[in-house]
This record gives sequence, C-alpha cells and structure tokens, in this order.
Amino acid sequence: MLADIFINPFVDMFSAPDFLMQVLWEGLVSGILYALIALGFVLIFRSSRIFNFAQGIMVVFAALTLVGLFAMGIPAWISVGLTLVVMFLLAVTIERVVLRPLVGQPDIILFMATIGITLFLIGFGETIFGGENKVMITEELGIPTGDFVLEPFGGLLILQHLDITVVVVATLLVLALLAFLNYTQMGRAIRALGDDHQAALSVGISLQTIWVLVWFIAGIIALVTGIAWGARAGVSFALEVIAYKALPVLMLGGLESITGAIVGGLMIGILEKLFEIYWGQPLLGGNTETWFAFVLALIVLLFRPQGLFGERIIERV
Amino acid sequence: MLDQSQGFTTADGRRIGGTLMEMKNITLRFGGVVAIQDISFDIREGEVRAIIGPNGAGKSSMLNVISGFYTPSEGEVWYQGSKRPPMKPFEVARQGVARTFQNIALFEGMTVLDNVMTGRLTHMNAGIAAQALWWGKARNEEMENREKVERVIDFLEIQNIRKTPVGRLPYGLKKRVELARALAAEPSLLLLDEPMAGMNVEEKEDMSRFVLDVNDEFGTTICLIEHDMGVVMDLSDRVVVMDYGKKIGDGTPDEVRNNQAVIDAYLGVSHE
Repeated sequence: MLADIFINPFVDMFSAPDFLMQVLWEGLVSGILYALIALGFVLIFRSSRIFNFAQGIMVVFAALTLVGLFAMGIPAWISVGLTLVVMFLLAVTIERVVLRPLVGQPDIILFMATIGITLFLIGFGETIFGGENKVMITEELGIPTGDFVLEPFGGLLILQHLDITVVVVATLLVLALLAFLNYTQMGRAIRALGDDHQAALSVGISLQTIWVLVWFIAGIIALVTGIAWGARAGVSFALEVIAYKALPVLMLGGLESITGAIVGGLMIGILEKLFEIYWGQPLLGGNTETWFAFVLALIVLLFRPQGLFGERIIERV
Repeated sequence: MLDQSQGFTTADGRRIGGTLMEMKNITLRFGGVVAIQDISFDIREGEVRAIIGPNGAGKSSMLNVISGFYTPSEGEVWYQGSKRPPMKPFEVARQGVARTFQNIALFEGMTVLDNVMTGRLTHMNAGIAAQALWWGKARNEEMENREKVERVIDFLEIQNIRKTPVGRLPYGLKKRVELARALAAEPSLLLLDEPMAGMNVEEKEDMSRFVLDVNDEFGTTICLIEHDMGVVMDLSDRVVVMDYGKKIGDGTPDEVRNNQAVIDAYLGVSHE
C-alpha cells in the first residue's frame, strides 16, 4: 500500500516519460484556463473588494450568446464582436443597477448581490437561449481541430491543435493583462482603487469607470474561457463549473495577487491531472479531479491563511 | 492693510496673483449639527493660505468642501472665475485640485513610484484601448508622465525608496509620498490636511521646508490646515481662523496673532 503511494507512481512516471508529458500538457491546458478565470476574480476583487460569484455564469452566458448569435445567421467573427458588445453592456448594467446603489455596503451584501446576478443570468439565459446543450462553433471560428503527434523518448505525445490554440491565446491574454495592469495609468488606477477609495477619488479616479472596465475585462475573459472550454465539452450550464475551479486557485494564490492567480491556476491544473492519473485512478477509482483542488487548497490554507502569494495580513496598531 | 484686489508682492519677493478660489457663505450641516456656519474667504494664486482653529473647529470639513468630498448645504464655491456646480471628488481633482489626507490615504500595496504615478491620472488623455495596446499616444504619455514623476520624486528626496511598497514606510515618509502624489498632478490648488500632524520636530521642519519650496519653485497655490500655530505662522501668507464652525479671524499671520477673538479661542477666555 505504501509502495503504491510513495514509489509506484514515480516509477510509472519515469518508465513512460512520453505519457507523463501528455499528462503534464493536459494539466497545463486546464491550468492556464483556471489562471485566466482566477485573474477575472482577482481584478474585480482588487478594485472593489467584491468576490464575484457570477464569474462562472458569465462564462456560460458569453458562450451561449456567441453560439446563439451565430445560430441567427450572423458570421462567426462578427458574432464574437457582438458578444463582446453584449458583455460590455452587461458590465455597464451591473455597475449601474447593482454596484452603484450598493457602494459602501458591507462586503457580504455585495457578495450576495453577485449571487443574485448569477441566479438571474441562469434564468435569463435559459429563457433566451434554452437549456439544451449546444455545440461551440469551433470550426467556424477557424480554430484548428487536428492534432500534432510527437514521439519523444520513442513514445507518443498527442497535442490537439485546439489545445495549442487555447494555450497560446490564454497566455497572450494573461501577458496583455499583466502589462496593462503594471505599465498603464488605467492599470494603476485599477490597482489603486482596491487599496484606498478615498485616495483614489482624490487623484481623479472614477469608481464607476473602473468598475465597468474590470467587469468588462471579466466578460472578455469569460468569452475566451467559454470558447475554449465549450469547444471541448459543449456549451451548457455545466460550463459554470470551470469557474468554481477558480475558487481553490484563489485560495491557493491569494485573492489579491495577480501572480498568485497565474501560478495557482497552473499548479492546480497540473497537480490535479497528475494526481488523477497516478494516484486517483489506481488507488481511488478515479474522478478525483472534482475535489482534489479543493483539498489541496484547504491544506495550503492550514499553513498560510493568506494563500501562497496573498498579502500578509498585518494589523498595525 | 494692503490693497489686495489686483495681487501684490510679498516681503520675500513672491508674486501673489488674483483670486483662484472663493468660498461664498458656505454652510455645512450634518443633520442637526452645523459643522460650518456661513464662512466666506478667498484663496489667491500663488499664496500659502492656512486654515487654523482648535480641534473640532470645522477645518477638515472645509477642506472636504473645497475638494468635493462634501457638498455644502448652502453657499457657493467659485473656482477660476466661475461658479462650481456640485461635483464628485474625482471631478474636482480633474479640475486641478490635489489634496493630501490627515490620516494618510496611500495605495499601500503599490510602490512609491506607482503611487506617485497615480497622481498623473488627471493628465491622462489616451483612451483605454490605446493604453491596453501600449500604443502611440498612450506610450508617449506614459514616458512623459514618468519624467514628470521622477522630477517630483527628486524634488522631495525620496529617490532611494522609489521601488519600496508604501506599506513598509515609516509615517513621516508616507506623508512625503502623499505630498509627492499630489504634486505629480501639477495642481492649480494643493490642499494639505494637517501635513505635520503626528510628526516629530525634525520631520516637521523637513515638511515645512518642502511646503515652502513647492510654493516657491512651482508657484503652486497651497491651502493647508494645521492646528499647530507656530508652524502656520511661519509658513503662510494669510490665515483664516475657525472656531466652532465660524470664522473668527482672517488676515496675515501678524494680524491674526493680535486678534483678540483668536487669542481667546486658543487660550480660552474666562466667562464671568
């Protein structure tokens, strides 16, 4: 039994390095999507102290809108553009109708409000688009569907073109966001707002503008994730689950930290895949991916309550 | 008393111009409490104007009215020759009014440099899209902002902590960073809310020097609040004295110092 836990998995890894690479690659693909979604959470949290429970449903809503628009006969790329417009309008509406009236309320009220948004979007989405499963318009968007077959160490490594596209696009988006936050005035304004509202106002930052902006960015992230995940799993309300995977990422990375979101996302993506293949399936009968990330996050929290990269909570008296 | 309507030159040779801001019959109420009662005064271009008064006199409330954090219940604010409609603080900031806070409001998680850079937000013209793509105008603007910010950082002698997160700095330096952020905005009017509060003698001297230098070198109009009389008298050209929400004196430091109502407010007066 001990050997099964501590020795055999590693023996397996080294005896079939090509398979290990396959596992790592697949972990990386999910990991980068988790990281992207976690970034959406972090942005909103940093600029408004709101834990945006609605991020998950935004993924579904974006994907449904895209597929729905295309079904109405609008060309694929124009549908993408229109979906972005819809996500922008959603951001404006949320700011106007939900956030603005609730400014200054305790965090928990705002959190509840995002749960409200979630439930509304579920119902609203079903009314407009129907509840049945749909197929993501992968080919119409020109996303390649074939695969590369590599033969490292004389073995076999299959890289789906779709996955490669996802990794490239998500990485670019993450890098762009990082640059935006760190090297532009708008990015500084977003970070500043999270630190001190009064001070932010005094240097001419408008709460409203920034909130619309971060919710719109969250919307863009939702669309990209929706396309990527929808292409693998189909477009349905079950897609929401991918956003809940971002929760352990946030616990691990810290709610404040952009680096944390990225590293946390990649870690969870890769570790949960490794655990599933080498420990979960042989020892526990599989299906560990649904809970592994949460257990890992809980263990980390025991030792570092602020997460791996979170800001140390120091109260100066 | 000088005829000040067309501006004048101070003893140390600085030029004081016409009226920059004028508060006309400002009253501010919170429910039944009257924080400011029918106060009028003006701030002239290029001067150091102080508002003093004992604790609870309504000085900070007045500063908050000027910077748009409070909207006066009655009265008018005139700025650069026109009446200012009720505005949000960020809109006031964009009109060129920068401020610091009594209990320091900095972006603790960000570095000194980034904090000071936020001071340049009022000068941001490039659109969001251009910024996101780090594109033409946005790029030039960023460079230009960076240059101006470095000058302010040099001026206030905080080069050595440029990259330090503000949360780690001691109190006196934080105050200085806050001043730097306000200065970076190249404000027409700089509001300082108790810039020396909680400082030791040495830090106070430093801060006084910086305030005077700022006024001298950039010609920035400064309106500051203090309750330390000594500091104020040395720094300012003209002083408004408040007590219990009312104006009890207004004039040069010497005039104010000899004003009986002011002496009573500060030293107390026996009621017989």
